[in-house]
Amino acid sequence: MRFAAPVAAAGTPVTRLNPVTKLAAVLVLSLAVLATVDPVTPAVAIAGTLAVLPFAGLRPGPLLRRLWPLLLGAATVGVVNVLFAGEATGTLYVHSGPFRLSSGSLAAGAALALRVLAIALPGLVAFATTDPTDLADCLVRQVRVPARFALGALAAYRLMPLLADEWELLGLARRARGVDAGRSPVARGRLFATTLFALLVGAVRRGGRLATAMDARGFDASTPRTYARTHPVRRVDLLVFAGGVALAALSLGVSVAVGAFRPLVGG
Amino acid sequence: MTTLAVRGFSWRHAGRTAWAVRDVDLHVEAGERVLLLGPSGAGKSTLLAGIAGLLPADTGERTGEILLDGAPPAGTRRPGFLFQDPETQLVMARCGDDVAFGLENHGTPVDRIWPRVTETLATVGFPHPLDRSTDALSGGEQQRLALAGVLAPNPGLLLLDEPTANLDPAGAALVRAAIGRVLADGRTGMILVEHRVAEALPLVDRVVVLAAGGGIEVDGPPEKVFAEHGDSLAAQGVWVPGHGPAPRTARRTGGDPLVSAVGLGYRHPGAPTPALSDVDLTVAAGEALAVLGHNGSGKSTLALLLGGLLAPGVGSVVAHDALSPPAKPPHRWRAAALTSRIGSVFQNPEHQFVTGRVRDELALGPRRVGRTAAEVDAVVTELLERLRLTHLAGANPYTLSGGEQRRLSVATALATAPSLLVLDEPTFGQDLRTWRETVALLGGLADDGRGLAVVTHDEDLVAALADRTVTLHKGRSYDEGRCGR
Repeated sequence: MRFAAPVAAAGTPVTRLNPVTKLAAVLVLSLAVLATVDPVTPAVAIAGTLAVLPFAGLRPGPLLRRLWPLLLGAATVGVVNVLFAGEATGTLYVHSGPFRLSSGSLAAGAALALRVLAIALPGLVAFATTDPTDLADCLVRQVRVPARFALGALAAYRLMPLLADEWELLGLARRARGVDAGRSPVARGRLFATTLFALLVGAVRRGGRLATAMDARGFDASTPRTYARTHPVRRVDLLVFAGGVALAALSLGVSVAVGAFRPLVGG
Repeated sequence: MTTLAVRGFSWRHAGRTAWAVRDVDLHVEAGERVLLLGPSGAGKSTLLAGIAGLLPADTGERTGEILLDGAPPAGTRRPGFLFQDPETQLVMARCGDDVAFGLENHGTPVDRIWPRVTETLATVGFPHPLDRSTDALSGGEQQRLALAGVLAPNPGLLLLDEPTANLDPAGAALVRAAIGRVLADGRTGMILVEHRVAEALPLVDRVVVLAAGGGIEVDGPPEKVFAEHGDSLAAQGVWVPGHGPAPRTARRTGGDPLVSAVGLGYRHPGAPTPALSDVDLTVAAGEALAVLGHNGSGKSTLALLLGGLLAPGVGSVVAHDALSPPAKPPHRWRAAALTSRIGSVFQNPEHQFVTGRVRDELALGPRRVGRTAAEVDAVVTELLERLRLTHLAGANPYTLSGGEQRRLSVATALATAPSLLVLDEPTFGQDLRTWRETVALLGGLADDGRGLAVVTHDEDLVAALADRTVTLHKGRSYDEGRCGR
């Protein structure tokens, strides 16, 4: 069983928030950042997110382990856009072959890296602090997602760690049969493809058995379901949502006020 | 209280020519407890699925009818169904939520759900709190949790499809005890499918045997059925009490040592405690070593280490001169070097199938280790005959029966003529006939001078095959010495 280490202990305030209002707050913030291509809006959004993180009761170690691919991705986006900017604007610092390093391309690269971070960071934190069961419950009860879809996806999600174990076992089983790829990339590709096929065959069978077991317990019945767990929207949930909207407005407001605002559409 | 009436029921899966179940008439009174037997392929599982209303009309062809208290089973009007594999019947991440799942589906009022969850968990003897993760349970605990989930909506009839086949003896005994407590009220009926009859007998008061060609072969009280039909049932592969396997009397003494574990330890990535520590053992040519221990005692990990498939965390796996090993430790050998010296047979045969035909499956290993086409042909033909797979040479390995898949997986390991075979639960979930074939095959290999390391919790297998046993307990090894007799 290899679940990622939880980013927050169960029972800390951020994990007890209603998942729907928490994700709605994140969605509003992301839309605000998406709406403009300037660097100021995402910078304010990131600063705001970072400012509330210490109060969320997160564990820095596991959080950083989740975040580093995102940080790396954002940095890569930034560097690539700085180096391969289509046109040099502002002061030209370096011009060598396809590389053109100018003040304009630096700004554009930084803005893109900030946008990636500003959109992904709040969402990642929100999902990392949300119990999948609570999320499925709230999607069904408060967003009216069909139970068959939400709870089915939840049950399938439970089987995911099995896939990782199975993948490893399939690889070992192939080695035991005398099959390894050695250094040849073609053999590697073929081995990967046949192992993946075996993994999928197993996953489809397991999924089928799980679906049958769920129906055997009345999941396919037309009787209206009841829900054992309640997730009321409390005042703190509304406050979190209001906070998300406020931060979105603040980010756009500061951007407009300093004259950096460049809307994505219609600018 | 539920009465079941099956009248002239037949079912054929879409796209198949043969009927899975044919002409079954069966009446089960409220509170009756039935053991359902029959040879592999007689349609026991399909019949249970029909009784549970789990055969959608568009997936096959049906005749006859199945009625629960006068109406066809569907939706929440179904018997409770406990399946074999705990992994694929737990739905939720937390134990209490999983028991509540069925109650929610039945529309149980919220204020009645949690008291009922607590009550059913107590009935099955579940030892953990409601918020315990369903992944942090042993197989036996998972199966008792699944039983509680099935019981919570209070079904009048329980269907159990080999509910203990995946469990070690201790876990299986606890699940059977839980089933016994559930039935003690005398109002819940049961239909149980179980290969190991002796263990199931205390739970049942009637035995029904499906005939291979359709219909019902025998129906009656257990004593009468086994007294009159014991021999023929045993011949069909049913584990009839008193018709068990005869233990071997000849014991072998090992020859040259093949592989040793020396102070061997292993910790899975991210696991808090090691799966194995300080394991010392040697497997010699011409002997069968049985490695025993509960589920989770590290047996399967030890099999992977001895098979040269995992790198030891601590200590080492030493290949002795009799294997004429490469200079490196086994886990760093190339796959071809490994497979011609140490063969591994996994618990699930399907994990090891790489090709689409039985014949190709057998030819794969010998080709990999560089045999000529003529040599490959000779090996394949010999193994097909020896393991009675010749008629299946062109079949897809995934379409074989459980027993055929097991024979094929052993045959693929033998194809490269390794001196040592490492087998993980080779008799897992088999009927008596397949079990006997497997034991005879493995005994013959040891007699021919191969070394066998067999990881198992099948006590009958140990009695019939093992020359020595080593028991793992909490990751440490305890040498139990030679099997005396």
